[in-house]
Amino acid sequence: MSTKNRKLSYSLAINEALKQIMAVDQDVFVIGQGVKSPWYVGNTCKDLIRLYGEERVIDTPISENAMTGAAVGAALAGMSVIIMHPRSDFSLYAFDPIINQAANWSYMNGGRASVPVVFWLVVNRAGEQAAQHSQALHSLFSHIPGLKVIAPSNAYDVKGLLISAIRDPNPVVFIDDRWLYGQEDNVPEEIYELPIGKGIIKNEGNEVTLVSSSFLAAESSIAVDLLKVEGISVELIDLRSIKPLDFELIFNSVKKTGRLVIVDGSWKTNSIASEISATVNEKLFGSLKVPVLRLNLPDAPAPASRTLELEYYITKNKIVNAVKSILK
Amino acid sequence: MQYTKDLLTDLYRTMLRIRLAEESLVEPILKGEIRCPVHLYSGEEAVAAGICANLEKTDYIFGNHRSHGHYLAKGGDMSRMVAEIYGKETGCSRGRGGSMHLIDPENGILGIVPIVAGTISLALGASLAIKIKKQKKVVITFFGDGATGEGVLYEALNFAALKKLPIIFACENNLYSTHLPIKEIRVNDNISESATPFGIKSIRVDGNNVLEVYEASEHAVKQCRDGEGPVFIEFLTYRFRGHVGPDDNIQGSHTDIRPAEEIERWLNKDPINHLKKILIDEKICSESEISKIFDEVTNEVEVATDFALKSNYPDPSELLKYVYKE
Ligand SMILES: Cc1ncc(C[n+]2csc(CCOP(=O)(O)OP(=O)(O)O)c2C)c(N)n1
Ligand SMILES: [Mg+2]
Repeated sequence: MSTKNRKLSYSLAINEALKQIMAVDQDVFVIGQGVKSPWYVGNTCKDLIRLYGEERVIDTPISENAMTGAAVGAALAGMSVIIMHPRSDFSLYAFDPIINQAANWSYMNGGRASVPVVFWLVVNRAGEQAAQHSQALHSLFSHIPGLKVIAPSNAYDVKGLLISAIRDPNPVVFIDDRWLYGQEDNVPEEIYELPIGKGIIKNEGNEVTLVSSSFLAAESSIAVDLLKVEGISVELIDLRSIKPLDFELIFNSVKKTGRLVIVDGSWKTNSIASEISATVNEKLFGSLKVPVLRLNLPDAPAPASRTLELEYYITKNKIVNAVKSILK
Repeated sequence: MQYTKDLLTDLYRTMLRIRLAEESLVEPILKGEIRCPVHLYSGEEAVAAGICANLEKTDYIFGNHRSHGHYLAKGGDMSRMVAEIYGKETGCSRGRGGSMHLIDPENGILGIVPIVAGTISLALGASLAIKIKKQKKVVITFFGDGATGEGVLYEALNFAALKKLPIIFACENNLYSTHLPIKEIRVNDNISESATPFGIKSIRVDGNNVLEVYEASEHAVKQCRDGEGPVFIEFLTYRFRGHVGPDDNIQGSHTDIRPAEEIERWLNKDPINHLKKILIDEKICSESEISKIFDEVTNEVEVATDFALKSNYPDPSELLKYVYKE
């Protein structure tokens, strides 16, 4: 991999991935309501229309169901498609093409065909936007066999994982978070892939394993630094992919620390945190010094009012407290 | 003039209530005191006022992200709306929903949500309930030109026609859906023609002329009550402000792509000024009667704002309250 690293923001790393893959692969196209409006997509789709034209960069009427189905159908006819939903909430109109069709397609057709589509769902929450403009649905999609789910936390990861997702012959749900868009990282200039299904240790430690993803992995990273100052040693795992999960990485860390905190921005019940917790209990029961601790959103829709939002969302302070409480 | 003075001044007052209530939000939005996304209805008041003047308290409406006007015209309490927008416990959704989730079941305001076309099928269901219960009620579903992209609209049109349901599809065509002018989302910009093939009576009216709106909906409501529904009405209108917030261009996004002269042309078709001119020119109201209405409405808005500002935010310990009805 090139050493010619330079700083790039998360959103421009998405932009670069799209630009580069569209340059080398004529079969790739991007479609979605709002792709040409920065109000919807920030600068993630900057210059795409200028470079590749409105035939391959398609802004659409408000028709999530048909547009997502069209992405699936185009993929069946030989294209590789990125369908963007500027809020994951809007993709709920497209449950049929995502779940009934794309996810099941390979299996129910005996592997004769698969669906190389990236369902790009943007999480854009808080700001008192309330229940229908704030939902983070990675756990929900991870429940569905046949879908892969990625939730990158930084600019380097998002470029590599997005390239992998586009090249993957299977449907991949790509969850990004508007709160990460300004965050900068070293990003190689050339096109590169990162493996879907592999997490990464962001910080080595030996007292507690902290597992997280997406924006909360970035928050957890800050929390880990704060804990370090207080002499607490945390091993931070950034999952990068929600499905498949990198259990090997989690197991090895928990064997070492004996304590597991999972920080997950989806609702607690049946969340990805539940899945990790259950599996660690199944496989590593004897290695745990204390019960697993899950830090999730409470089982409530996103509220509007600021006082409730403050209580609702996970912050670095809540992460710090969770880690401390498991050490008590 | 075929209309009574009472009706005309009521229409005027309703439009003014919507306008002044919304304009009172502008400064607090710019100052960050109001934080939830607020989609202002300024310029489109004649639609809500003209339709709802034909409705009884027991009739139902459903709305979308731009529904302050629908809520107020149907009898929703102004103070509770403003409090909701400020995120207060005294708001109509107890601060859980914000501007995009207004409700008042006692006044027939059954639901308002920002998922585009999200309430069309719910309104369909409410009209089905009315039919099953053999009631004389009517349902209005308010949606924009953008919602015509959603398939659920056509599914609902078909079923409503099939079952002759008492529902009025009220499409507020303000020519844009966020960044897209209507030409970029449809081949035929005449939306009312979309309903005809389903066997639905469909008309297109000037949505900035409150009397035209009133007349068209008077007939539509009557048809529905007589079991001759559904009806589709397209209202041609225009929003005076940004898609979200007071002005898309000053809030950092520069996404208002509408030509300045087009905006200017529509500002000259202000529905409130239009009716005011009729009231004065036809000597229905004196200038002092008009300014009395203005003062009364101004006062109502002040009371509402005061109520909102003095109200408390929800108690964080009640975060989980209302997830289920107890
Ligand atoms: C299902 C869904 N898709 C996309 C959006 C984003 N969105 C919010 S308002 C809007 C445009 C709506 O346009 P229109 O229906 O014409 O109403 P207007 O804003 O013009 O009043 C869009 C696309 C949404 N809220 N819901
Ligand atoms: Mg519109």
